[in-house]
Order: sequence, then C-alpha cells, then structure tokens
Amino acid sequence: MSTGQVILSFLAGLLPLALLAYGLGRRRALAVAGGQDRALHSRPGFYGWYAVVLMAVPAVAMALLATLLDLLGLIDAPATLILAAALALAAGGLWAAERTIQPGLRARNIVEGAVRWLLITAASVSILTTLGILLSILFEAMRFFQMVSVWEFLTGTTWSPDTAFLGGAGRGGEGQAEAEFGSVPLFAGTFMITAIAMAVALPIGLLSAIFLSEYAPPRVRGAVKPALEVLAGIPTVVYGFFAAITVAPLVVDVATALGLDASYQNALTPGIVMGIMIIPFVSSLSDDVISAIPMSMREGSFALGATPSETIKHVLLPAALPGVVSAFILAISRALGETMIVVMAAGLRPNLTANPLESMTTVTVRIVDALTGDQEFSSPETLSAFGLGLVLFLVTLILNTVSLTIVRRFHEKYE
Amino acid sequence: MRMPQPNDNPGNSGGVAARSSLGGAELREGSDTVEGEDHRPQPAAAPGVTRAPEIAAGHDAEEPTHPTKVDVRGLNLWYGETQALFDVSLRIPEKDVTALIGPSGCGKSTFLRCINRMNDLIPSVAIQGQLLLDETDVYGPDVDVVQLRSRVGMVFQKPNPFPKSIYENIAYAPRIHGLAKKGAEMDELVETSLRKAGLWKEVSDRLSMPGTALSGGQQQRLCIARAIAVNPDVILMDEPASALDPVATATIEELIDELRSNYTIIIVTHNMQQAARVARYTAFFHLGEVIEYDDTDTIFTNPRQKRTEDYITGRFG
Amino acid sequence: MAAPNLQAEKRIRQRYRRERRFKALCVGAILLSVLFLVFFFTDIIQRGYTAFYQAQIQVDVTYTERTVNLPPAAVDSEVRPFVSRGWLRQLPDHVEQDPGLMGQTVTRWVTADAPVGQYLKGKHSGLTEEQKATVDRLREAGRIELAFNSHFFTRGDSKMAEMAGIKSAVVGTILTLAVTMAVAFPIGVMSAVYLEEFATDNRFTRFIEVNINNLAAVPSILYGLLGLAIFINFMGVPRSSALAGGLTLALMTLPIIIITTRAALRAVPDSIREGAFGVGASRLQMVSHHVLPLSLPGILTGSIIGLAQAMGETAPLLLVGMMAFIPAAPEGVTDAATVLPAQVYTWASMPQRAFDELTAAGILVLLAVLLTLNATAVLLRKRFERRW
Repeated sequence: MSTGQVILSFLAGLLPLALLAYGLGRRRALAVAGGQDRALHSRPGFYGWYAVVLMAVPAVAMALLATLLDLLGLIDAPATLILAAALALAAGGLWAAERTIQPGLRARNIVEGAVRWLLITAASVSILTTLGILLSILFEAMRFFQMVSVWEFLTGTTWSPDTAFLGGAGRGGEGQAEAEFGSVPLFAGTFMITAIAMAVALPIGLLSAIFLSEYAPPRVRGAVKPALEVLAGIPTVVYGFFAAITVAPLVVDVATALGLDASYQNALTPGIVMGIMIIPFVSSLSDDVISAIPMSMREGSFALGATPSETIKHVLLPAALPGVVSAFILAISRALGETMIVVMAAGLRPNLTANPLESMTTVTVRIVDALTGDQEFSSPETLSAFGLGLVLFLVTLILNTVSLTIVRRFHEKYE
Repeated sequence: MRMPQPNDNPGNSGGVAARSSLGGAELREGSDTVEGEDHRPQPAAAPGVTRAPEIAAGHDAEEPTHPTKVDVRGLNLWYGETQALFDVSLRIPEKDVTALIGPSGCGKSTFLRCINRMNDLIPSVAIQGQLLLDETDVYGPDVDVVQLRSRVGMVFQKPNPFPKSIYENIAYAPRIHGLAKKGAEMDELVETSLRKAGLWKEVSDRLSMPGTALSGGQQQRLCIARAIAVNPDVILMDEPASALDPVATATIEELIDELRSNYTIIIVTHNMQQAARVARYTAFFHLGEVIEYDDTDTIFTNPRQKRTEDYITGRFG
Repeated sequence: MAAPNLQAEKRIRQRYRRERRFKALCVGAILLSVLFLVFFFTDIIQRGYTAFYQAQIQVDVTYTERTVNLPPAAVDSEVRPFVSRGWLRQLPDHVEQDPGLMGQTVTRWVTADAPVGQYLKGKHSGLTEEQKATVDRLREAGRIELAFNSHFFTRGDSKMAEMAGIKSAVVGTILTLAVTMAVAFPIGVMSAVYLEEFATDNRFTRFIEVNINNLAAVPSILYGLLGLAIFINFMGVPRSSALAGGLTLALMTLPIIIITTRAALRAVPDSIREGAFGVGASRLQMVSHHVLPLSLPGILTGSIIGLAQAMGETAPLLLVGMMAFIPAAPEGVTDAATVLPAQVYTWASMPQRAFDELTAAGILVLLAVLLTLNATAVLLRKRFERRW
C-alpha cells in the first residue's frame, strides 16, 4: 500500500466513525437524561462531539506518532498494522465515551478544551514550517560544509562545481580540474541584479505612491491602483519569459546602438524586469505609510503656505522615512530571493564583474541548476544548493526582521 | 531677508502685557460709525452699549483707530449638497482678538478655515460670497493660496509639530518662503519667534530635540512660534487650548494676550470663559449663521438675541 | 495689500515651477508603470494569440499493412514534409479503433507540421524557398488552411509544437491546488481563529505572530528546498507529484491565509462578541455562530488571493520536480504532474520557434485565470464589505 492510499483509507475510515460517534454520543446523552435534555449539563450535540473527541484524538495521535517513528527508522511497522491499531484505538475510545456519558458530565467544557488544543496545533504548524525550512536546509548544508570549508565557500572567487560529480563517481583523473565552490561571484551577481532592480523600483515606486496618496483625485486613484495590482499579480515565470524574449534583445539593441557590447544574458535585463515587478510592492507599502501620516501634518504645512511638493519633501517624506526604508528593505529581500526571472533571463556562468552588460549568475539560479539536473543527491554540487540556500535564508531573515521591526515602530508612533 | 512687519509698533519690545488693555480703547472709536450693509450686527456697531469698566479705563486717546482687517460679505459654503454656512457677514478689526463661539457643528471652524482657504483641501466644498482680506478677495482669481497662507497663519486644535527638531519646525516656513538666509540670520529668526511665543527660555538649550518630544502645551506654543516665524498679519486659532490641561491653557491665553497688539487673531473656542478672557470681540455662530457679533462684554452681559443668551447661560450647546 | 516686491514675486514663480516639476515627475512614474503594463500585455498577446489556430493540410491517407508499420508512407511524398509527424504516429491507433479503414485511402484534413503554421502566420519558419512555394500553391488550391487549434486545449505536452497542449498542465494545476487548499485553508483559518479569538497576549502568541510575518517574506525557492528535503527525501512523497507540489505550496500559502483571515476577524466589532457572551454563549459558540459567519467573505477573499499566488508560483515546484515532461494528464495526486507556470517554463526553454507562441498562449491562459481569480476576490470584497 502506498502512502497516499494509507492516508486515504485512514481518513475514509475515520469520517464514518466520527459520524457514528456523534450520533451515538448524542443518543446516549438523551437516553441517560430520560429524553429530558434540560437535565443535561450541556446541549445534547456537545455529547456527540465529546464522543467524537474521545474516539478520534487517541487514534490520530497514535497514527501520527507511529508514522513519525517509522519515518525516523526507530520502529519498523507496516502501514497496515498502524492503520489497524489506530482503528482499534478509535473503537476503544468510542466505547469509553459511551460508558462515561452522564447527565452531569461537562461535555461542553471538554469539547471546548479539545477545540482549543486543535487550534493551538494548527497555529504551531507555522512554527514547524520555519523549523522545517531551517532544519532541512541546515542538515543538508552541514553535509556540504563537511566537503567544502565554510571559509572557502564564503571567500572563494571561483565557482566551478561541474567536475564535482566525476570525483563523486570515483572518476576524477589526474588532469581533472578540481571542483571549486567559491560563492563570491554568485553573491556579486545577485547583488548586482538586486541593485539594478532597486534602482528601478525605488524611485518609480515611491513617486507612484506619492502621486497616489497626495495628488491623484479619487477617480484616478481608483483606476491606477488596480493596474499596479495587476502588475503585482503577474507570475514571475511570465516576467522571466518577457525578460528573456522581449527585453533582452531590446537591451542588446540599445547597447549596440550606443557602441557597447552586451550579452543576451546580461544582468541589466533581469534587473530592470525585476525592478518593474517590485514597483507595486514598493508603491503599495509606501502608499500605506504615507497615508498613515496624520492629516494634521499636511494641514500644518499648508497653513504655513507650503506648496504640496514642499509639504511632501520636507514634512511627509521625513515622517514616512522609517516606513519607506522598511518597504525598501523588504523589497531588497524579495529581489535577492527572486528566482524565475533570473533563471530565465540571467546567465548560468559565474562571472565576477562590475559590467551589467555581461552575463552573470545568481544564487537562486545555481540552486535551481544544482537541484534540477540529473546529479546524484549526495554529490557536492547538489548539496551546494543547500549551502547557498542557508545563506539566502539567513540574509533574508535578517532583512525581514529589521524591516518588520522598523515598520511596527512607525505604526506605533502614529497610533 | 526678513519682511518688514507692516504694522510694527515701535514700542513693541517692551511691556507687551500692557497692550491688551490699550487695545480695548480703539474699539470704541474704531468701528463705531460702521453699520453693516445687511442687518447683521457688526462689532461695536451699537452705540451706547455699556462696557466693562476696566476696558473703559484703558481708553486712551492716542490709540489709533483700527481699520477692518477681514471683511466677510454674504459668505455661503456647501459640503457637497449640505450647506454649512449661511450668508455670513462679519468685519474683523485689525490687531485684536476676535473669538468665534457656538455649539459644536455650528460652522465656526469651517468659517475659520475659509479665511486661509484651508477648505480648498476638501474637494467637495463650494463657496459663494466675498471674503476680503485688506480689501482683496481671498477667493479672487489671481490670489495665490501659498502667498495668502504666508500672510494668514494658523494654529490647530491638536498641536501638530512636524516630526523634526524644534529648530527645523520654526525654520521650515521661513526657508520655503525665502525669508531668511541659512546661518545666523535664520538662527536669529528662530530665536525671535520662540521668544515671541514665550518658549525660548524652555527650549533654548535643546533646539535639536524633536518637536514631538515637548509637552502638549509646549508643542502648541511651538506651533504658534512656527506660525509667527513667517510674520503673518492674521493668526487663526482653531480651539488652540482644547487639547491642553488648565495650566497650559492659561499659558496659551497669556501668550494670545501678548500677541494681540501685533497680530489680528481670530480664535475659535468652545470655552465661553476663554472667549471672555482673551477676546475683544465675539461672534456667536449657530447652525451655520452668525447670530450675534459684538464686543465680548456685550455678548456676555447684554446679548440682544435670545439664542445668544440661551447659549451663554448654558441652556443649550 | 502692499504691492508685492519683485523678488518675492520671482521666488513664488520659482516655487510653483518646482511644484509643477515634482508633480510631473510623480505623474511620469505612474505613467511609466501603466505604459509598461500596456506594453507587456500587447507584447504577450501579439506573441500568443497565433497559437490558438494552427495549420491543417488536406491529404489522402492510405491505410495498409505497410503504412501502419511505416506511417510516413501513408501520405503522398509531395506533402509528406508538411504533415505533422506527431499525427502520423497516431496512424496505427486509427486502424485499431476502426479496422474497417484497412486497405482504404481516405481524404482528410490533418494537422500540418509546425513550420508550415509558422510560415502561414508570417513568422520565421525554417522552410526552404522551394517548400514555401509548395505551401503557397497548396494554400491557393485550398488544401492548406489555418483552423482553430483544438490540440492546445485537449492534449498534454509534446516535443512537437503542433501536438502540444496545456491539458495535462491544467489537470496538474487543479490537483496541486486542491491539495494546497485542502491543507492550507483549514490550518490557516484555525491558526487565525486561535490567534485572534482564543490566544492571550503572551510570549508564545507573539512568537507565532513574528514567525508568520517572517514566513510571508521568505523567498519561495526556500520552500522548494524544504519540500525536497522533508516531503520527498524524508517522508517519501513521490517526486514530481501533485501531492509533493501541493504540500510545498500549502506551507507557502499558509501565512497569506492566516494574515488575511486575522484581518477579517479583526474587522468584526467587539460588540458582537460581547453580545454573544452576554447571552451566555461559550467562546466556541461565539466564534462559530457569530464571528466566523460574519467574517466569511473576508476569509474567502484572502484565500482566493492566496490561491492565485500559489497558482502563479514556479520556483519551489521546479525543485520538487514538477517540471517533468508530462504528455498525459495525471490521474491522482501521487502521479507525476506539471502545472501551468512550470509548463510555461518548460516551453520557454524549448529551442523550436513554434514553442514561443505556445509559451505566450500558455501565459495568456494563466493570466486570464489569475485575473479572474483576483477580480472575483475584489468583487467579493466589494459585495460583502460591511462598514461597522
């Protein structure tokens, strides 16, 4: 039986059991009350739910625990065995519920308690997700750093993992160049493209936000804001295609006309397109903070005879600065982690250069490249993706935390 | 460069406090003769009204008569479909304090914001009638709001210092209007403005502190200093003390008293005692109309309109 | 009013010039964004709309023992280069379905080879001058024409552009998103209900909050690493399956659903809660009888937005193997599958020119669905928005 089938049959078995438990519990409660439901502590339905809780909780808990232990290799239980044991436990729980239902039983309190725990469990999933990301990356990254030193990884300027698999297969010959994992060119490429993106997104996004919040009449605002949201809703893979097939030739043409030499996989193209993608992100966050500045600030400035642009430049922007900075940081974090645009429009070749017209590659490109090839999973090249992922995770985590802290302070100030 | 104060009084620097009583004098001779075109009462229009003795005592022959600063003729205002001001006519004399009182929602703040055209910021507002400042219609075609507002300062209900340093709060307006050069000249202007607002002693050693870090009363005086810095003719005050505690309120009232000889001050207040304390003239607004306008003592001691009396005596409002 | 001095006048004029300049800059920024949007849509539509029709050619097909074994022999050598090889490969199936065909010669319209379509659409085709002349002649004779491309909607991926379609990607998308929503919606709503209605403001709650905000900003590719390491390598979920992709996307969508659901719950005023408590409802009853029904439109709106975002996501799915070549639609969540954006990515990297328009057409379908989803969310919000 495959995993999917086990889960399916477990759920398929549990649902009718739950229905049965509800019906039995409710009927039992009415029976012990002699048909007088006022004699019961809780509404009859709660006794039904009480039976469901007693039936389902131990069974589900046991099944999850057994599966986890099995996955960790601590026990070796066939899925059918776990299934059977869980269903037996469910039947046992149901029997216990039937036995314990009394008119004085505080079924509502027990059910409410169970629901609370269910909700807490759900809320914990987000923590487990973070933990999952961190652990899964960390675990594989550790394996990578056993093969490649952290220092070499962080400071090396050559990234040429392509020969690593030969060594992994025991076929590394004498003349074989050694695989190198110096990530500096990847980070340089990432920062270059991010910088270009921000150079596009920050001015346009901020000025758009200013226009929307300070100048636009409501009707224009009502029309332009959705248009910007459309820009934000376009999938990144679409931007990637557009960058590679339309913008890249344009950039090359313009560069050639200016007498410059540009690669079709230049860094400028993904940078510009990524910047456009981030415009609505910057503008909506900035719009929020600028709109959050109390009207009294504008009135104070206008009453002194300031023009709107003077009010914006000297009063509103300084006041909104923390919020704008936080939006900017969040946008950087987003640009750093953006994948599809660079995968489709930037190059694969690690290249340490300051010329944005040359081809260069980024961290995310190498992650995708390493994990979509036909490499063996434990080869250094594949595992290098996790090393890169770890750095990406840490950097974006720091940026996000800083940004969220700044923006929270800002909103507290004006509340 | 600093604009010359058009009505600068040479004796300005000394005993400012004394001025309040002096100011009282001109009103008798001032607008005695003027009767409004419409039937609306005009300030000090009714001869023979009894005046409080201390004001009468301040009567001084050498005091010049004060011409009308703001002349409002048949002003109507609509918020979309709703009319908020009905045929308002007032003559506000120069260099003194005029209070606008009335129950909330009576249109007094709306009227105040007409004078420096702050209502322009609300798109649905429509205005009809004349509002003359020094005989020029504020709503005339070639009037520039930016210039207008540099001549008509405003202080708001809640202190709204900019999130900048105390110094920058004051320097902001002179800088955009080009009234002082950077450096010593600006420093001097900042100091003068803070002195006039009675804040200098409290903040002289911490000018780089954010304005928002001051106490409420200090913030409001900072806002007054900010308005004074561009040397306006008129200062509009929209319930300037309503967000402050009694001690801070008293300080603000003293300050208004000191400023009255140099500026035409129009103050909206919901606090009748405050109007009685600081204002020479008082206009009573109700449901968007001016019910009665006279000098303050008359309004409070001998109102001619029943509604004014009802309001003054606390029967509604 | 004193005559304003010249210098002040000049300064005012200068200030107004600056004002106009600044405003123009702001308007310019907006216009740039809008112009880009127009340019983008024009470009994609121009590239993509031609994929909705394709070339067909009328040929005499001979069904014999020999042609079933060697399909190209079934058609005349003159038109042979113009007939889709993909179509020819189906010849044995025709006979199997209808054995009566054996030994007959049937005149029928069949799918033409992709370059023929490219040539007819005026694009670069790679045909020789001689072939072009033949195509022109056949077209004049009414034996070649452009017709609606039904393959695009009824077939899965193919290495031959004229035979490739989005069907398997669409089925894959539906399966994947079904898994995503089945996991993310209940967990997301329950988390939000806990944080908003049950939790007291303690360390644990605040930690969860910070954590959720951070998760919402984690690059999506890292969710791919998680999916690869945990779901596939650790839990043994089949690689490339809708289950693996759906679970990965579910974790990614979870923060969006939690954040929007919380906002919807917060919009319900406390007077409703107090009213419910006042008549003796328990907390659970208060939430399930009053707060949840009132905030349902907001929750649905948020979930649709989350769904739309998950639908456009590609990067994490590449890492869990969902860019596989899938000619036939998957039948269950554990079968190998691909999704629309991944299909777009695969097609974009195909070398043949004919795939360009397919890619753009795939994008058009994707964008149409996404815009519809987002418009639904907006309408839902407008329709049910309640001012308290």
